[in-house]
Amino acid sequence: MLGNEAVARGLYEAGVSVVSSYPGTPSTEITECVAKFNEIDAEWAPNEKVALEVAIGSSISGVRSFAAMKHVGLNVAADPLFTASYTGVNGGLVLVVADDQGLHSSQNEQDSRNYALAAKLPMVEPSDSMEAKEYTKLCYEISEKFDTPVILRMSTRVSHSQSIVELNDRTEVQPKEYKKDIQKYVMMPAMAKKRHIVVEERICNLREYAETSPLNRVEYNDKKIGIITSGIAYQYAKEAVPNASFLKLGMVHPMPEKLIKDFCEACEVVYVCEELDDFIETYIRKIGITNIHGKDVFSRLGELSAEIVREKILGIKPEYTPLTEQIPVRPPVLCPGCPHRGIFYVLNKLKLTVSGDIGCYTLGSMAPLSAIDTCICMGASISSAHGIFKGNKELAKKNVAVIGDSTFIHSGITSLIDITYNQGASTVIILDNSITGMTGHQQNPTTGYTLKGDPTAKVDLEALCKSIGVTNIRVADPFDVEEMEKVIKEELAKDEPSVIISRRPCALLKSVKYDNNVKVDANKCIGCKMCMKIGCPAITMKDGKMVINETLCNNCGLCSNICKIGAISK
Amino acid sequence: MSDTKSIMIVGVGGQGTLLASRILGNLLIKKGYDVKMSEVHGMAQRGGSVVTYVRYGKSVASPIVSIGEADIILAFEELEALRWAEYIKKDGKIIMNKQVIEPMPVITGAMEYPENISEKIREFSSNIVEVDALSLALKAGNAKAVNVALIGVMAKSTDFSQEEWLDAIKETVPEKFVDVNIKAFNEGYNK
Ligand SMILES: Cc1ncc(C[n+]2csc(CCOP(=O)(O)OP(=O)(O)O)c2C)c(N)n1
Repeated sequence: MLGNEAVARGLYEAGVSVVSSYPGTPSTEITECVAKFNEIDAEWAPNEKVALEVAIGSSISGVRSFAAMKHVGLNVAADPLFTASYTGVNGGLVLVVADDQGLHSSQNEQDSRNYALAAKLPMVEPSDSMEAKEYTKLCYEISEKFDTPVILRMSTRVSHSQSIVELNDRTEVQPKEYKKDIQKYVMMPAMAKKRHIVVEERICNLREYAETSPLNRVEYNDKKIGIITSGIAYQYAKEAVPNASFLKLGMVHPMPEKLIKDFCEACEVVYVCEELDDFIETYIRKIGITNIHGKDVFSRLGELSAEIVREKILGIKPEYTPLTEQIPVRPPVLCPGCPHRGIFYVLNKLKLTVSGDIGCYTLGSMAPLSAIDTCICMGASISSAHGIFKGNKELAKKNVAVIGDSTFIHSGITSLIDITYNQGASTVIILDNSITGMTGHQQNPTTGYTLKGDPTAKVDLEALCKSIGVTNIRVADPFDVEEMEKVIKEELAKDEPSVIISRRPCALLKSVKYDNNVKVDANKCIGCKMCMKIGCPAITMKDGKMVINETLCNNCGLCSNICKIGAISK
Repeated sequence: MSDTKSIMIVGVGGQGTLLASRILGNLLIKKGYDVKMSEVHGMAQRGGSVVTYVRYGKSVASPIVSIGEADIILAFEELEALRWAEYIKKDGKIIMNKQVIEPMPVITGAMEYPENISEKIREFSSNIVEVDALSLALKAGNAKAVNVALIGVMAKSTDFSQEEWLDAIKETVPEKFVDVNIKAFNEGYNK
């Protein structure tokens, strides 16, 4: 079972009633798997802050609740998180934050354990799928026993690895009674001051609990080498140095002082084996143990592996035949038939400065489309375009923002309001492909369907933008490149804010079928390479002529719209 | 952990490596092994280089295969075979699908697609099998069944019976594709 599927199973077995999440690799499958259980009311929220707040509300109402997000999602949800730490819970409240060591699919490599420390919350970290399920259940016990939200930290290699899981039945949990209690749930200065005392006491109690919790485990073998570790790093270390002694921390915050001291005393040399920051190591040094190895041998960057641990601790280098040749990398690309391709072709042609955002379309930054200048976080395209307008009027004349439909709902709306409210004039292009593409096709408020597939209210983007105060709203087809070019030029010339909705569904949606076979007439093709400018993986050149790779081509016909001499037919 | 075996399935996002690894995983679990597999989801699935690690044995710790440790590498594409060849252990088996998918830097002309991959790959191991899995899949009736045809080729170099493999396929693939996939498997197995 996939680690994420195991968390979903754990939620089911723990009797959880409400789940609200926003997708984000590597956390997405948890909520997708949960949606299959009729006993659980699961939804996609517009963003992580909303998701966590929904879970907080359900917890206050008396049931066990849950929210999942990727590491950067917790930045968005940090505001409710820090204060939910003060209010505590009624029904158990657990959230997953999934880190992405090695940046497989993210814009940064932050270590979310720091949030547990800063928000003074317990954080639990499994190292395989079985633990993911069992720890999920244990998190609810901790949450209700200590009156606290609990963070379950996942990571790409735990979330997306399969290992064996034994299943149990669901335990139905009686909802708790809701009692009005403003001292606990209304966080104004006078109440919050008192709750802060409770939070500090709670972390001491949790530290006490950590000493004897089944989450933290000592495995004594050969005591020459002791390894303190957690999560996936435990598996790497276990693989690399199976005979060493281990202190495996299933709870990474707060940490058990005495357990660590005893372990360090019992072992001759102690290594702290952790990915990214020196989170565990810093604590160990803080309690006065300094003769340990950690980041003096292991990197703060990227992932660990069994071979790295083996080399750093035992000095054994792997044996293999190295690849000496420089070979081409294979970065991800926009799919054949992707609607985003048309818009980036036009933006490239017009040589605009493009404030980008996060989604499949971020791939529009890569050659040959090369049509995105910035990408920071979700929603930043629109607000940073406004910043360009405020800071550099010349640059702003040739600047547009591009943002996907899900991303616009997530955090683009407030940015657009900033433009209309503060007399901006930027042109914003919403790439409406009728789905959340990047994370693998989740429904969102613009698609008209819920997570469970039920038809629902659908956000009318045109009406929404109008109500915000945008008067220039245009809709265009990104495959009609001539029309799109004209629309962009016209809107950019205006001294007012404009929204262009670039509308065409994702090529991977089942409803999208392009029937006619796209064909090249080799006699007509003059090898001008115009068609190469769209960066379609299905198009290559052979002997100076364009060739279509038929197994990859999905017959969208964008190339035939671009060919100036009519050599490509559809 | 010396009894642990390691298999890598490598290819291009969208080629169906994930399904191939899940068939293998289901078979191994049935056979009573401890199994760990690491998959690729998210960004790289969009036509990028993808790798799935499968490790099995009595008790497996890491889900990731270390460099120089793979017993088998099943490559769905030539350049990907070369990219991951360092991972093969001495005398490990590399099964390479004779298919070329040009990556974007080659399409844009920034780099060239390496020549003579089938020769180069022999520097890493003498145990090389090359197949044209696309024609096997087409014979079975569906170009998309390349992945299961390749599983068929690999199945021959494992200790598991044809029946066991077929059961795993039936269990893993959606019902309406079972027939074509069994045909594709047999094309690969009987090659
Ligand atoms: C705060 C935050 N949450 C989640 C993600 C993960 N994520 C990246 S892009 C994306 C959605 C993209 O969907 P959309 O805007 O519709 O564009 P598409 O991929 O469909 O082109 C998500 C959920 C993230 N990077 N940051």
